[in-house]
Amino acid sequence: MLNVIWLLLLATGIIVAALNGNIEVVTGAALDAAQGAVAVCFDLIGVMALWLGIMKIAEKGGLIRAIAWVVRPLMVRLFPTVPPRHPAMGAIILNLSANMLGLGNAATPFGMKAMQELQQLNPDTEQASTAMCTFLALNTSCITLIPATIIGVRLSFGSANPTEIVGPCIFATSLAMIIAVSLDYWLRTYSRWGR
Amino acid sequence: MFLQVLETVSRWAIPFLLLTVPIYGFVKKVPVYESFVEGAQEGFTTAIKIIPFLVGMMVAISVFRASGAMEYLTQILSPVTNYLGAPAEVLPLAIMRPLSGSGVLGMATELMRVYGPDSLIGRIASTMQGTTDTTFFVLTVYFGAVGIKKFRYAVITGLTADITGFIASVYICNLLFK
Repeated sequence: MLNVIWLLLLATGIIVAALNGNIEVVTGAALDAAQGAVAVCFDLIGVMALWLGIMKIAEKGGLIRAIAWVVRPLMVRLFPTVPPRHPAMGAIILNLSANMLGLGNAATPFGMKAMQELQQLNPDTEQASTAMCTFLALNTSCITLIPATIIGVRLSFGSANPTEIVGPCIFATSLAMIIAVSLDYWLRTYSRWGR
Repeated sequence: MFLQVLETVSRWAIPFLLLTVPIYGFVKKVPVYESFVEGAQEGFTTAIKIIPFLVGMMVAISVFRASGAMEYLTQILSPVTNYLGAPAEVLPLAIMRPLSGSGVLGMATELMRVYGPDSLIGRIASTMQGTTDTTFFVLTVYFGAVGIKKFRYAVITGLTADITGFIASVYICNLLFK
């Protein structure tokens, strides 16, 4: 699936550029993006190190397990393949909480920690487990209670009420989350991908 | 009131974690500094591990974006969005949203500069920005961090969430602000 999407993006881009007679943009775009990707990862190194360092202290003190225990009634339903006391549950909750609060740079490291924990339960280390798919469905559709960046942009262009979009955002994300989680449940239970 | 509480929580969350977690660890007799360094080491390796995945994905997205393929896709999809009541101007935003975070923020900013943040277009753009996620970036980074190459149906659920978010944003803004 990903192979097809990747190839389609790349091939369509190059063919369209060729037909439009501006094939030279391809070279620039490809090289800039390759450099840009490395820059993104370098920006990540510091925050990743900081948060996974803090996470390690929390983990060794038993805090992550304690969090997992508190939220288990909901989590065991969403993640039936993960043992209720598993540290993955704690990491998932931390990631979703950070997402909700709009703390993007803390959310990513927590999310990666969750993925690493889930990977340890994964029978096929090259293929996503059902628990990983559910986690990412939750993660990509997760509510941001304060979309700080966009409120800032609205403010800078002189909006009369920059925060008026918070209500609509909560409505729209809630709907997206319900649909994503339901679809994930359906796919993992009934489709051929679920097996 | 609700918003103020939320903003306060956001502002305090990180300092709070940075203070309470090490103290908690210390009380539980965890060697706090050694543990921190051990975890930080993992963070470093993970960030490096993502590079090849991200290079692959970002190059394909960037070529697609720069080539002008976006304009064609917008034309093909415009009957669908007209039916939903979405202004034509916000469609590129919806297509770009799962692919590139910085790209879409630039586009949303441009729309607000041209049409104003309190126009219907500005409000839909804002709501979409706060609603949907850069699905491909998230999948690439998260799966890349653990070396997963087969994403299974995660792409479908992620994109469905984005499409739902887009339709819901258009609907609620038409309902509230038109």
